[in-house]
Amino acid sequence: MNIVVCVKQVPAKDAPLAIPEGAAWIRETDIGFELNEPDGYALEEGLRLKEKHGGEVVALSLGPERSKQAIKEALAKGAERGVHVSDDKFYELDPLGSAQCLAAAIKREKFDLVLTGLQSDDHGFGQTGVLLAELLGLPHATIIMQIDAADGRLKLKRELEAGWFQWVELPLPAVLSIQSGINKPRYATLKGIMAAKKKEIATLTRADLGVTVAPTQRIERIYVPKKTKKTELLTGSAKEAAAKLVEKLKHEARVL
Amino acid sequence: MKILVITEQRDGQWNRASFETVAAAQQAARDSGATITAAVIGKSVAALANQLAGYKVAEVLAVEHDLLEKYTPDGYTLALKQVIADAKPDFVFFPHTYQVRDFAPKLAASLGRGMIADCVAMRHENGRLVFVRQMFQGKTAADVIFQGDAPWFASFQAGCFRGDQAETGGTAAPRAVAVDLKPEQIRTTPLELFREAKQAVDLTQAPIIVAIGRGIKEPTNLPLVEKLAAAIGGEIAASRPICDEGWLPMERQIGSSGQTVAPKLYLAIGISGAIQHVVGMKGSRTIVAINKDSNAPIFEVADYGIVGDLFEIVPALTDELAKSK
Repeated sequence: MNIVVCVKQVPAKDAPLAIPEGAAWIRETDIGFELNEPDGYALEEGLRLKEKHGGEVVALSLGPERSKQAIKEALAKGAERGVHVSDDKFYELDPLGSAQCLAAAIKREKFDLVLTGLQSDDHGFGQTGVLLAELLGLPHATIIMQIDAADGRLKLKRELEAGWFQWVELPLPAVLSIQSGINKPRYATLKGIMAAKKKEIATLTRADLGVTVAPTQRIERIYVPKKTKKTELLTGSAKEAAAKLVEKLKHEARVL
Repeated sequence: MKILVITEQRDGQWNRASFETVAAAQQAARDSGATITAAVIGKSVAALANQLAGYKVAEVLAVEHDLLEKYTPDGYTLALKQVIADAKPDFVFFPHTYQVRDFAPKLAASLGRGMIADCVAMRHENGRLVFVRQMFQGKTAADVIFQGDAPWFASFQAGCFRGDQAETGGTAAPRAVAVDLKPEQIRTTPLELFREAKQAVDLTQAPIIVAIGRGIKEPTNLPLVEKLAAAIGGEIAASRPICDEGWLPMERQIGSSGQTVAPKLYLAIGISGAIQHVVGMKGSRTIVAINKDSNAPIFEVADYGIVGDLFEIVPALTDELAKSK
């Protein structure tokens, strides 16, 4: 089974974010980046499917030069090849534009399955997998918690809301968005890191791919959200604070 | 201008986020003079369409087909393309449910259009709608506007509009919209729905939720909070670390990787308020935070806060609740 896993590099979780006045993206200097956590689960699932069924895993990433680090991490964990769609202005792309670039790169591959994480921890559009399916003309399923592959078909456990799950089946080739928590992602071994240095990363540009994008939406600006609530702190001993709280909930908030 | 609201139901039961989206559309309509068409989709939805017609909307569409009995992304996309061709909306609004995430971007792309998903607010400004969504896991907000031609697609995060405040008093008679679907167009086969836990609970429907975080320290301390939950009539929930540890089942997890809830009362006990948790509960009507760290971000969304030791405050609160009954 040949698998393309889409990975993104995003600011590290604890990175302090600075926003230039009126900007639509953060200042990238002086912060660390990491593999988007949801994509780590998709990568792990791709590696496990390959180990079980044979084939190869290709790690595909769209972004600036630094994105190559996310690909290298995938290669160190066991992906065979990398494809980097180089784009310094990736943050100006809307969900459809990003997906068009990725889809054009995927079309150049011989693949059975495309995996994505559920969403990125930066833009958080949460649309890429579903859009890729439409652009590639393939069936898809999202929020996947288990994959059973046999005879060119997949049986999938989808997470629904409120504790419900559902089994669905679909034919390959297909696109899946993986739910975080589906597996325990492996760590790269030293051997894997050394081996990754010899693995190929192909670089493509939007021009190479022949993609022209027409934005469907535009981020006007990003900003730190205003605090909308004033917290009323209840003080005193535990007993006093508790009594005040019950009083407030009953007679002020009227929720008891 | 026309807004098409796509509601959600399963087996004849509403997803209540549908009415939050009706409320969002009503707000946009008040600001912009738009009219609202609301649609319900399924196999036999006449009763639901009649309920929907009780809301203040100009038109209600009943979209019925045998192949829409169970949700599939292909079935819903193909059906809604036909509904959009019929209704000719400028905007198509959805509740941001798991199901909508699964097909709405595909529907928009199939028409060459884009979607602004997971909006937390919306305002009318200089003759256009500005949509607010979160980025960087809630650390920043973004103002987003549509570009290019209509229809424009948007979904709204649970709890950002009040479904119980959606205006009623509608007089529209539901209109059936015939759609053409063939079994071979539907590539996924939906199989059975199931729940893993025996005593599964739908936290989205719970009026009161008592949620715990790392502050609980040990699973042996859980009974303390269970007593409080019983005294206040609430359901127990947790932040992700508690469920990852297996102290509570995953289905009780609130947050970006768990459930999104908007109860009338949410007690966050020993929860620091990492954004991954906050996105799942900040729509709650009243939020109480109990935490020993006065700088914990949970206090940014709390209406009432007690800074102190939860192992003293929780039993005291349980006693006070028992006394007040």
